[in-house]
Amino acid sequence: MLAQTIRRLIVAVPTLLAIITACFFLMHAAPGGPFTKERQVPPAIEARLEAKFGLDLPVHEQLMRYLSGLARGDLGPSMVYKDKTVGDIIAEGAPTSAILGISAMALALLIGGGLGIMAALRQNQAQDYVVMALAIAGVCLPPLVVGPIVQLVFGVQLQILPTGGLYRDEFGLRYLVLPVFTLALPLIAIISRLMRASMIETLRSNAIRTARAKGLPEAQVILRHALPIALLPIVSYVGPALAGVMAGSFVIETVFQLPGIGKQFVLAAGQRDYTLVMGVVLVYSVLIILFNLAADLMYRVLDPRARAT
Amino acid sequence: MAFWTNRRSLLAGAGGLGVTTSLGACANGRIIGFDKVRKTLDISNQGEPLSLDPHKASGSWENNVIGNMFIGLTTEDEKSEPIPGMAERWETSADGRTWTFYLRRALWSDGEACDAHDFEFGFKRILNPETLSDYASILYPIKNAQAVNNGEMDPDLLGVTALDDLTLEIQLEHPAPYLPQLLKHYTAYAVPKHVVERHGAAWVKPENIAVNGPFKVEKWWSNYIIHLVRNPSFFDANNVVLEHLYYYPTTDVNAAARKVMSGEAGWSTRFPSNQVETLRAALPGYVRVAPYLTCNYFSFNTTKAPFNDPRVRQALTMAYDREFVASQIYKTGERAAFSLVPPGIANYPGTARYPWMNVPIAERKREAERLLRAAGFGPNNPLRFEFSHRNTSDNPRVAVVAQNDWTSIAPWVSVELRGVEVQVHYANLRAKNFDAGDGGWIADYNDAKNYLYLFETRTGAQNYAGYSNPAYDQSVHLSDFESDAARRGELMNQAEQLALNDAPMCMSVFINSTNLVHPDITGYEDNLEDIHRARWFGIREA
Repeated sequence: MLAQTIRRLIVAVPTLLAIITACFFLMHAAPGGPFTKERQVPPAIEARLEAKFGLDLPVHEQLMRYLSGLARGDLGPSMVYKDKTVGDIIAEGAPTSAILGISAMALALLIGGGLGIMAALRQNQAQDYVVMALAIAGVCLPPLVVGPIVQLVFGVQLQILPTGGLYRDEFGLRYLVLPVFTLALPLIAIISRLMRASMIETLRSNAIRTARAKGLPEAQVILRHALPIALLPIVSYVGPALAGVMAGSFVIETVFQLPGIGKQFVLAAGQRDYTLVMGVVLVYSVLIILFNLAADLMYRVLDPRARAT
Repeated sequence: MAFWTNRRSLLAGAGGLGVTTSLGACANGRIIGFDKVRKTLDISNQGEPLSLDPHKASGSWENNVIGNMFIGLTTEDEKSEPIPGMAERWETSADGRTWTFYLRRALWSDGEACDAHDFEFGFKRILNPETLSDYASILYPIKNAQAVNNGEMDPDLLGVTALDDLTLEIQLEHPAPYLPQLLKHYTAYAVPKHVVERHGAAWVKPENIAVNGPFKVEKWWSNYIIHLVRNPSFFDANNVVLEHLYYYPTTDVNAAARKVMSGEAGWSTRFPSNQVETLRAALPGYVRVAPYLTCNYFSFNTTKAPFNDPRVRQALTMAYDREFVASQIYKTGERAAFSLVPPGIANYPGTARYPWMNVPIAERKREAERLLRAAGFGPNNPLRFEFSHRNTSDNPRVAVVAQNDWTSIAPWVSVELRGVEVQVHYANLRAKNFDAGDGGWIADYNDAKNYLYLFETRTGAQNYAGYSNPAYDQSVHLSDFESDAARRGELMNQAEQLALNDAPMCMSVFINSTNLVHPDITGYEDNLEDIHRARWFGIREA
């Protein structure tokens, strides 16, 4: 298992290189540059700016420069935010995105998982239909719509929860309620549907029939025998999805004014802040690779068949 | 019986209301956007500063923050008029080219003296090409500034000299009666020489910075919050009321308005103009709309057909119904633009206008058709061109009106619209890679030169239209060397009329500034520059 983990991590290096290269060329193919603005920078200054960031070099040389910096652990200076490096900006934003993403995913697993199991046990009954209808609604309503609605209802009209994400520069539980809920809603919807389908299938399997035949109490059948097997598709969904929410959600971070890296990423792309875009892509890629690996390891814990191979 | 039921439900209702209100009231830790007890103001600012270094800033949202941390030789009063800042008084030589500033004794926030040497250092630093300042070019009226900034001359030869600790002499290339206006701009702020020399580019980090203004940065969390605290070393600190300012970069105007509605911000530097009526009703006393130094205009690419023919440009400029756009697309009382320079600019006659300004639109369209036919267009030679516009805020809607106005001149006029991302749009304009395109301009200081500069030949790429008229250039040039303010204004006014007649651009509307301001903030005054320094803010007790 350790050997396999190490092998996977080694394979990750060329994957990351490929991602960086593709992203680098894509970004440089977009028209405009970090110094194109409403007011023109004097040509002499623009030339110096470009020289400072190496933008006057051919693209492949810029890539080599970037990669050699990366090898030394240097993500480079931000091309737009003049007082900060990419490392500074990611370090400021990553904790918020991570807290938000992990809380939303935990909430989604609890609620979505619970609802899914309930729906599966009451298949084709009223509860099932209600849960599935809610799930469809959750998938259909994008956070861009839900966010402002909950802000208006709970923040402006009822005035029981703040509309923003933090108390000025401090984290506070009350301040995270609305953003976490909004971020979790589509996850709850997807997880409950996955859980229901997977649980229904598992309940029909031979293993569960055997367990029931042995006369085990229903709760034990569900929790001890069916749940681990039924969780497998959830695990493979949660791995990459968690990487996605932890790398930040532009919509949530904008609507609730949270200092995460999702917002930084989208703004940076618009401002052609090449190094910052690359930095966030890198963080996201590393998370994806790690969580996919973690999901595979979880498989081994949950599924005896995977352990055997 | 019915009576009882009703009374019970009424009671229940009342109880429910009570619970809600008390929850709202006792919700501890809720941000109060304008907290009179803690003297704290939370501000929705329209963007994230790219830098807090005044020599590297370039946006009005940066000015909103930086202008509370530093003070120039002159500074703004409540109405953004220039008043003495670090300089207590100044003298001008007879030829208007040498100005002598007498500074007050003052301290940086770290206790060091802030004197004329810091100003000399500051001017030399921003104009030094190594500093990579985007905005140094607005200081080009200073002697040798342009040559220094282009790297052709040693920064030590710049026309700024500290004669002693409290006397600063500035020599100019040409008389500039607007110098007090210019010197309150953030490019002209002093920076603490001792701190910059010690920390280099990192001098501006909260742990290193020293300021000479009313507030000092305490914390800057990227794209989220900037916290300023009152600076007790500021020379007028005794009259500064507020203790804390929190700036939130709120690019989404709707979110900015919501933050004020929920009471979490006491001031938003913008609001969605199409919601002005709702906001007036929901937030009585908050809505502030004022004329602003901003214009929207369309550039015609005069370097190629069909817009190398002035008749085509005049025809399209005439046929565009800017009154409709001003009243129907914009909702906050924007004014149709019949001139390049907005009304109300200082030291300026402002009489230049499109000659057909008072002609009804239908007649203007007939005249436009006549002009186009005279230029050789007609059913057998249709006029076709592309109009590129920024795909942000109200610009796409304005583009549709323009398209409709132009195609309604005659059936043989066709206009294709192309919405483009802002960054790409300006890159195209600069490269002259367009037929006709929209654009906006916010003046940096209250002077007509700021607008006329856009159409000078020597402006280069930013003269998007590629307009080049020797008579125009000559008038603007002469105005630069005119020391009499009235005569100078007259020369610029002549130049403006030339540009309006030649129509390298089609003026659209003058945009208003829109703010939501807590009615209990005193010292906030509407003004043309939309600059409101927190130094003047006070608290009106209920």
